[in-house]
Amino acid sequence: MSTEWMGIIASFLITIIIAYPLGRYIAKVFAGEKTILDFLSPLENRILRFCGIDYKKGMNWKEFLKAMLTVNLVWFVYAFFVLLGQGHLPLNPDKNPGMSPDLSFNTAISFMVNCNLQDYSGETGATYLSQLFVFTFLQFLSAATGIACLVALFNGLKEKTTNNLGNFWAILTKTVTRILLPLCIVIAVLLAFNGTPTSFDGKDTITTLQGDTVQVSRGPAAGMIAIKHLGTNGGGWFGANSAHPFENPNYFTNMLEIIVQVLIPVAMIFALGFYIKRRKLSWMIFAIMTLGLFCLLVPTLVTEVYGNPLITKMGIAQPTGAMEGKEVRFGPAASAYWSIVTTIISTGSVNSMHDSFMPVSGLMQMLGMLVNAFYGGCGVGLLNYYIYIIITVFIAGLMVGRTPEFLGHKVEAREVKIAALVTLLSAFIIKGGTALAAYYFVYHNNIDWAVKPSAWLNNPGYHGFSEMFYQYISSNANNGSGYAGLTANNPFWNITTGFAMILGRFLPIIGPVAIAGLLANKKYIPESAGTLQVDSMTFEVTTFAVIVIITALSYFPPLVLGPIAEYFSMH
Amino acid sequence: MKSKRGSSLFPPELVKTAFKESFVKLKPRVMARNPVMFTVYIGTIIMLFVCLWIAAGEKSQGSLVYNTVIFLVLFATLLFANFAEAIAEARGKAQADSLRKTREDTPAKKILFYEHGENPQVTTVSSSELRKGDLFVCEAGDLIPMDGEIIEGLATIDESAITGESAPVIRESGGDKSSVTGGTKILSDRIVVKVTTDPGESFLDKMIALVEGASRQKTPNEIALTILLACFTLIFLIVCVTLKPFGDYANTPIPIAAFVSLYVCLIPTTIGGLLSAIGIAGMDRALRANVITKSGKAVETAGDLDTLLLDKTGTITIGNRKATHFWPADQIDEKSFVDACALASLADETPEGKSIVELAGVNPNNYNTGGSKFIEFTAETRSSGIDLPSGLRIRKGAFDAIRKNVSKAGNPFPAEIEDRVKNISSNGGTPLVVSQNAHAIGVIELQDIIKPGIFERFDRLRKMGVKTVMVTGDNPLTAKYIAEKAGVDDFIAEAKPEDKMNYIKKEQQGGKLVAMMGDGTNDAPALAQADVGVAMNSGTQAAKEAGNMVDLDNDPTKLIEIVEIGKQLLMTRGTLTTFSIANDVAKYFAIVPALFIASIPALQALNIMGLKSPQSAILSAVIFNAIIIPILIPLALRGVAYKPIGASALLRRNMLIYGLGGIIAPFAGIKLIDMLLGLFM
Repeated sequence: MSTEWMGIIASFLITIIIAYPLGRYIAKVFAGEKTILDFLSPLENRILRFCGIDYKKGMNWKEFLKAMLTVNLVWFVYAFFVLLGQGHLPLNPDKNPGMSPDLSFNTAISFMVNCNLQDYSGETGATYLSQLFVFTFLQFLSAATGIACLVALFNGLKEKTTNNLGNFWAILTKTVTRILLPLCIVIAVLLAFNGTPTSFDGKDTITTLQGDTVQVSRGPAAGMIAIKHLGTNGGGWFGANSAHPFENPNYFTNMLEIIVQVLIPVAMIFALGFYIKRRKLSWMIFAIMTLGLFCLLVPTLVTEVYGNPLITKMGIAQPTGAMEGKEVRFGPAASAYWSIVTTIISTGSVNSMHDSFMPVSGLMQMLGMLVNAFYGGCGVGLLNYYIYIIITVFIAGLMVGRTPEFLGHKVEAREVKIAALVTLLSAFIIKGGTALAAYYFVYHNNIDWAVKPSAWLNNPGYHGFSEMFYQYISSNANNGSGYAGLTANNPFWNITTGFAMILGRFLPIIGPVAIAGLLANKKYIPESAGTLQVDSMTFEVTTFAVIVIITALSYFPPLVLGPIAEYFSMH
Repeated sequence: MKSKRGSSLFPPELVKTAFKESFVKLKPRVMARNPVMFTVYIGTIIMLFVCLWIAAGEKSQGSLVYNTVIFLVLFATLLFANFAEAIAEARGKAQADSLRKTREDTPAKKILFYEHGENPQVTTVSSSELRKGDLFVCEAGDLIPMDGEIIEGLATIDESAITGESAPVIRESGGDKSSVTGGTKILSDRIVVKVTTDPGESFLDKMIALVEGASRQKTPNEIALTILLACFTLIFLIVCVTLKPFGDYANTPIPIAAFVSLYVCLIPTTIGGLLSAIGIAGMDRALRANVITKSGKAVETAGDLDTLLLDKTGTITIGNRKATHFWPADQIDEKSFVDACALASLADETPEGKSIVELAGVNPNNYNTGGSKFIEFTAETRSSGIDLPSGLRIRKGAFDAIRKNVSKAGNPFPAEIEDRVKNISSNGGTPLVVSQNAHAIGVIELQDIIKPGIFERFDRLRKMGVKTVMVTGDNPLTAKYIAEKAGVDDFIAEAKPEDKMNYIKKEQQGGKLVAMMGDGTNDAPALAQADVGVAMNSGTQAAKEAGNMVDLDNDPTKLIEIVEIGKQLLMTRGTLTTFSIANDVAKYFAIVPALFIASIPALQALNIMGLKSPQSAILSAVIFNAIIIPILIPLALRGVAYKPIGASALLRRNMLIYGLGGIIAPFAGIKLIDMLLGLFM
């Protein structure tokens, strides 16, 4: 087997090997059991007390969500104004200007919601202050927000009947101090030793062999690149993201980044099992999510390694596979693996240009984001999966002749309503957004906007449709990757995707936490022989089928008009 | 399911009524109750206008014939859905009517002034003029005009009109058998009855109202499912609306007929059309099992039951105990002991007494009992027997009662009898000690006869996850033995009415759903407390008021059937929802290529069914979508068969049949319809 394939298999296995003990550690942290980092607890408590927070007080689901939303609003306002005025603020050696209001709006949301859709380019659009104290800061806290909300769900599942989903502030703080910071320090050091810059100096100037002078941007980037992956954020220091040689200098860093971005999403699955003492359920969820990963990964790998059929038709051999938009350092297999991993979990960092992938791969990337729960983002992946579980529990429960219940709590109209709304919302945002864009493109393509709709798309036809569709999928899934062919930095895209991101972030968090709170409040029903076992293979396969069917039915037409039409016209 | 009256699903006269009803139900206000079908309604109206528009000269929307056919198919879809509901209602109504027929206007002898024991003054009025609290007299040969409670007298009554059971029953004032039902016939004696319900408010009337839909409220589960279906409907609405700009981008004009067809095909019309029929059919199946339910919710709850409280007598064991063995004391000759036993039981009319004579194998006429005095059983003496003219006194009775007598007379009580008594008790039997002139001479063993097949039924319940609890007045030893032999999971021995109540409360605190059956007034609190309380029709009014179901057959094993009916109801909903949604895959493959094939010829590759033309593809999908509703009506009415094979296995089975089958079936169906259409187009 070639080294290329070995690299992928090794990356996957190492991820699991590290994620399992990490999951146990995370469960211990939140269960208040002894861990090696307990010496931090006086510090954490002092911080919380300093903020005037009674960190021992439990919260019900409404209080929990209120705290979460309030602090996010504060972060948004802070980020918006810093980005707007960054040109006049310190730590700006390259004299980059402030962002326009619409870009500032889009970017502040983008980092607050863990999406990291970047309509700017890091080299010219952001200052070191913004990169460190807005982007990196939010990359930590948005990841921690997702994890904290998942821990609230854990708390709801753990007790037979409870009101208390835990204290948001305490969980948030612990997530940063016990999980994200320690791991990030290790990763950043590894990256720095491999060549990622960590300097506060401005652009450097080099003279190339041809004698040209080139300005090379740099900055204290290693820390941000560590958390962008660990926290499934995806927003890079430089515009080219992890395809840039400073962000991702060599094959080792490529493996490192590919491993750490999946680490917490997988660890959280195992943490669930340790925390609520249902390890079998964890393994089952892990198995189904991994099945989802493989279903998307295998076609992508095969397509990319096989190469572009149009080039083959021209009689040109492609021994290295489809290489347009890919780095020779990594090759098609590692790029294909990355592209699927980054879309199924909501990272959205790239080491190659998704716009250049073959239509099948594009389809797989889109499906990964549409499902958004095969591992999924930090914390939110499992929350999304929980919504699918609730719908499956309901339908499957009926099919076995019992009022549906999940882990001892009856799923009734209110929970179904919330789960249905969350499912409905994604379809509405993605297709509604794409439809709006398509409408302007067709009927008002000369409208006098900053960028005329006629100039939005680099590629006409099916691929152009995919570019618009992808942008909304990515925003809604809080992924942040994009098809580079779309000119997105203009008020239309900044504002519409801004709203897509904010809705696509918070409703799928509010929904599951609310369901968890409502269910936890209900009377506990012990299991009997008639109870549907949610940790059985049958149930999990049913969940998989529900995910596939809901996704396929909701998005079949636009997928046909985008990647599928493109595929059939190429063959 | 046993069905006593008419097993045909579609008797012609009902089909006719239902057919008429299908049109009546097209009223917007009625349609609006079902959100999924209401959107189809709107789609149909839109298509009507499109047809008129084309007739007025519009050219962009395709031919008039094609659009008219689409309109007609959509209209048929609506009628089919209405027909499903109407036929379910008609069946329920017909069932209820056949019960109600028994209580048409009958003359009633209303009492004007009543004093107990006196011969009251009566006047004959129509039964419909009787009101709650009125009194009436009924004598042999009369039809009872109204539901009520006997306040004086005793009568044998033929209840076959209601229960289908021809053996007459005895009803008397006081006690737990004081209730009479309107439409049943008095065979002997005379009773005074107090009316307990106003006309139109009896259980049967309530049930009929439920079936007719006037007061049929959606059950919680139905509401949740409706929400989910509404969500799917909205998702597909978004699919269709956004398809307009998508089509514009792809330079493909999409006619209105295609939009409406795609929409109607995608939304879950199959389950949407059958949903209310399924609910009504559930109640109807209960009624066919001769159980009147006071709400649809009760049937649904029955499917979820965790614990069943069953009375031992009549449910687990056949009627009463029977004598199975004579055990004489050591010095007593067996023959004379058997004779003594037979003599003591000759006058004993209880089933136990009769079974002793039977076991002795003697002819009662062989005994000369002239001048003998029979001693009846009383709760005080707890023994019965005979005093012969010869001075011989034979008694049979409970162990401690006889021992007390024996030791009072200063006689020793043989140790072997004591051992035997213990032995019998621990084997689940009941010992009757026999004494002759205050000397204990032996023991008669009585045994409960466990109903054949009951063990398997309990096993079936266990596999469904239902725990069975036997309630009995027996001592714990006997109870334990029978519990083990019959295969129940738990028992309450020496049960008092409040024990049932406490047990139910305890189970409910643990989050379980409990059902029980009862008939007595002292059962009423427990019936009310239970999640499903089934009162026997022969029971007291209080018991019937307290429970949420009434069993007309007075058959305690009915609970088992009720559980299955409840499960079937939920399963039918679940499987048809899955089937309905799974169908969409094939419909997409039929319609989407058809929409875009003109401008994107490469999409011919998606036409995996090889449908002839875009128009026939769309038509085939819409026709399939319409006819699948009547095809599934029998399933909706009969319910999906429940198999107690464990939840996971059941899910696998149903996912394969209705999930996978739901994906595959329409591929075949649409292709077939397309081939047929090809003959005309």
